[in-house]
Formats: sequence, C-alpha cells, structure tokens
Amino acid sequence: MSTASPLTQPGDARRWHRIRTIENPWVRNGMIVLAAAYLVWSTATLEINWIRVGEGFPRAANMILRMLPPDFSRWSLLFKGTLESVQMAVAASFVGMLLAVPVGICGASNLVPRPVYLAARTFIILSRTFHEIIVAIFFVKIFGFGPLAGVLTLIVASTSFISKMLAEDIENMPPGQLEAIRATGASFAQLLVYCVSPQALPRYLGVSIYRLDANIRHSTVVGIVGAGGIGQVLAASFSRYDYDFSLAILLTIISLVFFGEFFSNWVRNQLR
Amino acid sequence: MLTISGLSKVYPTGTHALKNVSFTVKEPQVVTIIGPSGAGKSTLIRCINRLVEPTAGTITLDGIDITALNRRDLRKVRRRMGMIFQEYNLVERLTVMENLLSGRLGYVGFWRTYRRAFPAGDVAAAFTLLERVGLSGYESTRADALSGGERQRVGISRALMQQPNLLLVDEPTASLDPKTSRQIMRILVELAHERGTPALVNMHDVGLAQSFADRIIGLRGGEIVFDGPASHVTADVLTEIYGEEDWSTTIRKVEDEKGTPDTPRPERQDRLTRDTPV
Repeated sequence: MSTASPLTQPGDARRWHRIRTIENPWVRNGMIVLAAAYLVWSTATLEINWIRVGEGFPRAANMILRMLPPDFSRWSLLFKGTLESVQMAVAASFVGMLLAVPVGICGASNLVPRPVYLAARTFIILSRTFHEIIVAIFFVKIFGFGPLAGVLTLIVASTSFISKMLAEDIENMPPGQLEAIRATGASFAQLLVYCVSPQALPRYLGVSIYRLDANIRHSTVVGIVGAGGIGQVLAASFSRYDYDFSLAILLTIISLVFFGEFFSNWVRNQLR
Repeated sequence: MLTISGLSKVYPTGTHALKNVSFTVKEPQVVTIIGPSGAGKSTLIRCINRLVEPTAGTITLDGIDITALNRRDLRKVRRRMGMIFQEYNLVERLTVMENLLSGRLGYVGFWRTYRRAFPAGDVAAAFTLLERVGLSGYESTRADALSGGERQRVGISRALMQQPNLLLVDEPTASLDPKTSRQIMRILVELAHERGTPALVNMHDVGLAQSFADRIIGLRGGEIVFDGPASHVTADVLTEIYGEEDWSTTIRKVEDEKGTPDTPRPERQDRLTRDTPV
C-alpha cells in the first residue's frame, strides 16, 4: 500500500496524520450534510416565481430600449442635482473631519483614561451601526425632504469613519515616542501637537480625502430616500418612467464618482 | 542630589520588580546599573520620573520628594530630568531641530509649541549641542532618515537641552553596533562630566559599563546586590549578580580608549543616502 521512501529504513512503523479542526469524522461529515440540506431547503421555501422571473427579461430589454438615447435636455435640473450632491459631500466631509479629531483622540486608549475611551468608542460603534439609508430616512422624518437631511446623514457617517481610523492610527503609534515627550515635562496639549499630530497627520488627511470620495458616492444614494442631491432627481425620474432622463443621470453619476476616485487617489499619492 | 529609599514596585500582574531599593547619588558621577533581564533596571529608572508609579518608598531630587508630587508639580520636576532611551524614541516625522527643541517643551506654552516659536536662546543652544555631538548641518533632516548612532546623538542632545539635574539613561547602546556603542558612551560620559550632571545608566554590557562608569550598582531580582566603584567588580561580584558563569573574558579594562579620536562626522556616502527620499 505505502510506497517505499528513500529517506528511511524499511520497517520504521512510526506514522503521522494531519490534525483536523473537527477530529470526529461523523461530526465533521454530518455538518457538511446538514449545511447542504439547509441550502436546498431555504432555496425551495423562498417562493421564487420563476414565471415572473421569465417575464422580467423582456421588461428589462424594453426598459433599456426606452433609456436610449440618454436625454440631457433637462440639463439644468441635472446640473443643480449634481452640484447639490457635491456640495453635500464636501460640507459633510469637512464637518466630519473636524468632529473626528476630538472623537478620535478620545477613542485612543493610549492617550485617555478608560471611561473617556469607552464613551468615545461607544459613540463610534453606535453611529456605525445603521446603514446610511436608515440614518437618512430618520433625518428626512425629522427635518423633511432636502439636502439638510442628506448632509446630516453624511456627517454622522464621516465622523464615525474618520474618528475610528484616527483612533486606531494613534493607538498604533510606538509608545516610546509618547513616553519620551511626556518625560520632558510636556503637557497633554503639547503632547498632542508635538508628537501625536506629526505622526498621525498624513494618514488622517489621506483617510479624510478617501471619505470625501466615499461621500460623493453616498450622496447620490441618500437622495433616493428624499435626502436631496442627484439621487433624489434619479428617484423622481424612475417613478415618472422618464428612463431616458434616468440614463442621463446615471451617466452623470458614473462620471462624478469616477472623477471623485481619481481626485482622491491623486491627492493621497501626493501625501505619501 | 538624588536619594532613593525603600523603593518598591509591584506590577498589577503581581511581579515584584523592585524590593526595598535604597541608594544615594551625591556627586556628578556616572552610575551604571547592571543586572540580568527582568532584574528591575528599567523599572527603577522609570520610577524616578514616575513614568512608572512606585508602590512604596521615596525618591528625593535636590530636596523635592518626587513620589509625593501632583501632576502639575511632577511636570515641573520632569523638566529637570533628561531621559535617553534604547530605541531613541525620537518623534520620527519631526526634524532633528524639532526633536532637540522638544527638550524645552516644559518651558514654553501651547501656542509657542504649536507654532514652533521657541526662544532664540533655545535654538542657539540646540545648534551648539548639534556641533558638540557631531551633527552640524543635520538640523533640518527628518529623524526617520537618521542611522541608529545619529538618532542616539539626537536623543542625548534632546535630554541635555533640558539642562537636567539628572540624566536617566535606559540601555543607550543596546541597539547599536560595538563601535558606535563606544562612541555614544564616550559622548554621553564626556557631556555628563562637562556639565556636572549625574547620570544613571542601565546597561547589560558589563564590559562597556565597567569602562565608562564611575560607580556600578548591581541589581538582581529587584534588589541591590552590589554598589561600588567600577574597579571593584570581580568575577565573584558578577556571579552574585548574574549567577555562575566563566567571567574571565567579560571583565576587561579597555586599553584602546585614548586611541581613536571621536569623529562622528558622516562619510560622503551617508549624506547621499540621507538625501534620497525614504
């Protein structure tokens, strides 16, 4: 059965087998069978109407035909929506950047006492819990339709994102530098501007620029629930079956996001 | 003058790092502290400026009881103690000049710190020190572009910028090659003597400690087991500190001390490497 190995004497009976995560073969294979059974059962009970799926393809073809050619005739509406999206993204990124500094510092366990750290981290986790769309619906209910709800949504998202990144960056600083500056008799504020800031600044700026790019993408999405910007125009055009205008909006969003990503990459390359 | 009496430190993990340590440094002398890893050398140094909080005992520097100070007064007394580290601990993205000037942070306010507006006298003193340690022309080089030996020169200069009454030095040469180690120790000891500043230096290289120290303190398991002049360190003393070993090759009086002049000036090649972006 076993082939003779040139490395050892014949008759050396010591054997080795690999260690499995689950040693018992009955348990191991049983779990695989159970997982497969669950997959079959869950697909079977989803009640997918295959006839309706079949009807969908001609509808899609029809929709695409009605989209062509894209209709840019309402360019002023298009321009206004795009501008609003960009303004929302820029404003939210800027406010988020500023708010993220205190939150991020308070979220760094190597700088602040435990209770402050826990409070900041709880804030960050809570504001990251819900997807932008849910937060946007919430703000639309409070402040009504329009860009204010969108900006507030993006501010919440930007603050929590940038502050989380900043806090983690500060926590990863070599402890010796902090120790050395403390040992000179520097105050906490001096420690921040003379040691933490120079070490964390490049990445903080990079993350903020990345967030600006992300905000441009998200600003087009939050509009769909009525929070202003180009997304709101898009949602309206779909509901009026103005598919040719929808395509024009989609093309604009694609070029906007493309430009945003290009800009963000360019700036982050310059920062290196 | 530094007086330590009955100093003990128990870490939250239960480790008894220091047990009833007492000694006095009366005159400006270089005291090296030797002992095996985990003997409490780093803890001892860090208790003196309270980067580590002592569990019991008192530490007095020039009549001030450091262990009793509140945060504000602690910052004042930290200004008078320069610290030098094994890993240099420079702020990597700041220039050499900014790193030196960080030794003056205890004396300037927040906005001056923010604008890097240090008093002209501080800047002039920094230039003088850079010349003294052989780093003239390096003031605008970023710390992360320096070699190990150069970084430690900056580390020493930063500590001396504080005009300290005491130098706390934690394994200054443990990350350096043997030749650079000697150069760094020579600079450190010369400057300490020139300025009349006592220095406590943790070391694990016994030979190096012997050649540069005025006095040696041996720590074992958090207790002082030897305290005396460097010349009194014998094989028996080392056995007492570290345990049984053949010490005949370790104990040596270094004879080539006066031989090589101290020329830390960088070679041409070094400069070229420094100028390429990292």
